[in-house]
Amino acid sequence: MLQEWLYLAIFLAISLFIPAAAIGAAALLSPKKPSTLKNSIYECGIETVGPARIQFKAQYYLYAILFLIFDVETVFLFPFAVAYNQLLFFAVIEVILFVFVLAGGLAYAWRRGALEWS
Amino acid sequence: MIFIADPITFITTWLNSVLTGWGIPAIWVQFIMFILGAGLLALGAMIFTIGLIWLERKLGGRVQDRLGPNRVGPWGIFQTIADMLKIFTKELITPVGADKFLYNLAPLLAMAAVLGLWAVIPLSPTVFGTNINVGVLYLIGIGSIGELGIIMAGLSSNNKYALLGGFRAVASLLSYEVPMAITLLIPVMLAGSMGLNDIASAQKVAFIFQAPVAALVFFIAAIAENGRAPFDLMEADSEIVAGFNIEYSGLKFGMYYVADFLHAFTSAMIFATLFLGGWNGPGAEQYPALGFLYLLIKTALVYLLTVTIRFTVPRLRIDQMMAFAWKYLTPLALASLLVTAVVDKAAPAGQGLLRVALLIGANIVLFLIADRLVTLYRKQHEKARKVVSDDRPVPVAIRSTVVEEPEVNS
Repeated sequence: MLQEWLYLAIFLAISLFIPAAAIGAAALLSPKKPSTLKNSIYECGIETVGPARIQFKAQYYLYAILFLIFDVETVFLFPFAVAYNQLLFFAVIEVILFVFVLAGGLAYAWRRGALEWS
Repeated sequence: MIFIADPITFITTWLNSVLTGWGIPAIWVQFIMFILGAGLLALGAMIFTIGLIWLERKLGGRVQDRLGPNRVGPWGIFQTIADMLKIFTKELITPVGADKFLYNLAPLLAMAAVLGLWAVIPLSPTVFGTNINVGVLYLIGIGSIGELGIIMAGLSSNNKYALLGGFRAVASLLSYEVPMAITLLIPVMLAGSMGLNDIASAQKVAFIFQAPVAALVFFIAAIAENGRAPFDLMEADSEIVAGFNIEYSGLKFGMYYVADFLHAFTSAMIFATLFLGGWNGPGAEQYPALGFLYLLIKTALVYLLTVTIRFTVPRLRIDQMMAFAWKYLTPLALASLLVTAVVDKAAPAGQGLLRVALLIGANIVLFLIADRLVTLYRKQHEKARKVVSDDRPVPVAIRSTVVEEPEVNS
């Protein structure tokens, strides 16, 4: 059990190390001749106007809230899915109710126009 | 004989015995084997991408009636290697005002996330990184770290186009993650385990025949998660130049490039594992090497389909993309989950062809209902097209032939 997680940790460390080593090697091989013009921000040839880091559009925020609800819901459903073969039909009905409550939430967001891109 | 049937296990046991023979404690042998296995798998995946990029460019060329790469080596096979060599020696430019730490970390994360997915995919009945009992959740978690790399690139580059690309990446990640996670429940439900090797070995009948609607939803959501063609809004080159990776150069850009291709192939592989039976096939249990071949064939089929889609379907608008995820895919995925759960429970206990037939039937009915609802919805919400100008003048030559010919005859 723990060994599997050790393997994952090693794997993730190596999969971070390989691109890091590649970029490191490239940084050694490549020329380094920075200049103000070269390092300036690209904006279709004209000079940059104003700050680049602007506010998020509120629309993204709405989607983020919806996403949070549904992703947490799915995480709750995973135990049900794993145990599905041992469960009785009654459990399936309970899950249907659970999903319907959340589908109600989606329907509400839909009716209130949260899903319209404006 | 054993070597041909299962070369990897053969080599592993041999190496294991050699290392133990040197007097190294068993724990350290295990550790060394882990490092070797993980390193080889990750490195192999990355080198494999070189061939993949060539294949995709060649195929894309053929789809669009071009030749594709054809100068370097026979059929342009060495094109990608030449590109790699070139990109290695390009200057790494850091733009003014960039957040250095995030800017340098982002391409690493994008690449590491894709490589990390390979840790849980079973390549054959005996060869897999690990069969952890939360494999599917791991796929979701690690898969979204790749998107995190894109968002970080957008935020740290200090560039408006990059930021817009980052916004769009957030939107697509959030939206398509939902139907994807819901459809991932269905293979888990049918197999009764979250380990990917368990899911693969549970598929005596491939899950695509038991849950075709879920497979379709997962396929579309996976393309969107990759940020590939119909959903490549985050790097729409005609709108926001190159999106999130605009300020990257040299190998840092190359990392995004490689990660993109490898991610497409990896998600084709995940699709093949979850819905097409993975390494399952005649004789795969006895000859695990054969299982690897089956997996490759299935993956290649799915991959070719995604490549064809990439080069044929035009890009969606962002509101269309969002509406498609939330108003169509998510309800369909939820309905598909419920239908599969109910029909599978209600079906007679004999786990035979009757159950599969019932599931297919229920899925077809579900898809037809969804199709009908979409048609109704579209009719309700059809807006009259705004008239921007007068009708275009018809070319004179056409008008004259149509109108004047009868007069000549009479």
